[in-house]
Amino acid sequence: MPEGGLHFDAAIALGAFRFEADFTVSAGETLALVGPSGAGKTTALELVAGLLRPDRGRIACGGEAWCDTAGGVHRSPEERHVGLVFQDYALFPHLTVRENVAYGPRARGRTRAAAGASASGWLERLGLGGLEDRRLDGLSGGQRQRVALARALASEPRALLLDEPFGALDVATRGSVRSQLRAFLAGCGLPTLLVAHDPVDAFALGDRVAVLEQGGLTQVGTHEELLAHPRGAFVAELAGLNLFRADVSGGRGLKEARAGAVAFHVLADERTGTSFLVFAPSDVALAREPRPGSPQNVFPGRVVEVQPLPDRLRVVLDVGVTMAADVTREAGASLGLAPGIALWASVKATAIRVYG
Amino acid sequence: MASAERPPAALWLASSVLVVYITLPLAALLLVLPPGELLEHLRSPMALRALWLSVKTTLVATLLAVLLGTPLAYLLARFSFRGRDVLDTLVDLPITIPPVVAGVALLLAFGRRGLLGRHLDVLGASVAFTTVAVVMAQLLIASPFFVKAARAGFESVDTRLEAAARTLGASPWRVFWTVTVPLARPALLSGVVLAWARALSEFGATMMFAGNFPGRTQTLTLAVMTALESDLETAVAVSALSLGLALVALVAAKRMAGRWSVPRA
Repeated sequence: MPEGGLHFDAAIALGAFRFEADFTVSAGETLALVGPSGAGKTTALELVAGLLRPDRGRIACGGEAWCDTAGGVHRSPEERHVGLVFQDYALFPHLTVRENVAYGPRARGRTRAAAGASASGWLERLGLGGLEDRRLDGLSGGQRQRVALARALASEPRALLLDEPFGALDVATRGSVRSQLRAFLAGCGLPTLLVAHDPVDAFALGDRVAVLEQGGLTQVGTHEELLAHPRGAFVAELAGLNLFRADVSGGRGLKEARAGAVAFHVLADERTGTSFLVFAPSDVALAREPRPGSPQNVFPGRVVEVQPLPDRLRVVLDVGVTMAADVTREAGASLGLAPGIALWASVKATAIRVYG
Repeated sequence: MASAERPPAALWLASSVLVVYITLPLAALLLVLPPGELLEHLRSPMALRALWLSVKTTLVATLLAVLLGTPLAYLLARFSFRGRDVLDTLVDLPITIPPVVAGVALLLAFGRRGLLGRHLDVLGASVAFTTVAVVMAQLLIASPFFVKAARAGFESVDTRLEAAARTLGASPWRVFWTVTVPLARPALLSGVVLAWARALSEFGATMMFAGNFPGRTQTLTLAVMTALESDLETAVAVSALSLGLALVALVAAKRMAGRWSVPRA
């Protein structure tokens, strides 16, 4: 267990929603949590902050147990020293900028003067010097984000939690704030857990990325690993790929891999058993009739949807499983593409990657 | 949504009936006696005693309503638990039952032979028909007004702000005083004013439980009733004073509630 790092292994049931995850964040590292809405990203933050109590598990930071259901330990949020920056910042509207940032130190017993000095220091460090006595309504989105960050950091946290740091910013501000934040987090030395809805933000800010889907982690790795070997629908879609879980039969050379109702033919000498099959939509050819030729994977199916992309058409088909095929507009026109029509899809076995 | 158009004449006409009906008696109250005479009758011993008693008792009753009502308002605002709806209805009850009935109820509970009162009587302490009874009647009738306003005020405070304060190291007690109360302040003040105004105008419960003893339990409102029998001018003067106080309370409450919308950060 890394010294000063955050260790998380907990589960909770909230109504019908079940959440369970196990991960570690080292000191100075940023782990970005990404996934579709409702996946449980905010739940993870609330559990680390102590705003939610897990049904079972252990959460520790810097060697200190913040929560341990087995041992009956549950530290309240104020005892944990965790810096949480909310999506809409949750700044105190009745206090000035400096009073907001000084709130943490004050709450922990520092005198007004000492807390104010500490607050001013942090505001300077984040480029907000001069705004100390201002009220919140005149500040821009980027400034508010920095005030929220300063406020969390002034309380001397042992871990930093950021909930959608760019959620409240407009697109124009996002780019510059993103690179500034990355540089800042790198220099912080704290284990940082960051929630992002937009995978681009996660990839930009996270040293590693953890994909959360329906309350569970489907994949953890660097962003290169994720895009090269997606292990879940969310990342696959991100990478613009077709992904299937299949049972690969034994043996060598060309073999069968069953994915639900469909049997693919793949080259996978090294693999048997449950595996991922991945191929790009551009590797799928469409035709009105099954044509003789080299592809080993030819499936009849129906068009579900035709999505126009900038330079091509993405055709979503049902061949027993849902598959995406990219064709040029010209090809689409000559095929007479429309939802409901019957087509044949073919994929070369050499285009299908198989991994565990 | 208020329309920018001017109201049609027919609407004005239809509305005017009620407006006149409300204005006429209130105006009569203020116009029947010339101001000089009004003030003179207010300086009568009966009026002054009643005024002083009302001020004392309503202040104590309002203070108690705030001290006892704040925890309840916070409980109702922030937590869900079994029986919450029952509690909610209970708090509304004193507003809906006839005040005289509330007074009878107080007698049955705290009177000399009442549920609790008989035990107090044994100790030599009897509350019915004393000044304490006035405060008790006012507290019963007026505290729901404060609780409702305070609850609405607490509910309007974003719980995320409270959560943020907790993560910054503040205990729940500290969070309450440094975040919740400052942000709920307009509603809390408005609740105080409303409760005070209601306590001031209390009549039925006070009459039943505290009686109408000058200097001891005769509040401004009770004094009006007594004065009507013998000294009409004093009755009018005290009534006008009560109207004036009600007006002040109303304006104050409206202004405080108007500052409700705290800037959202």
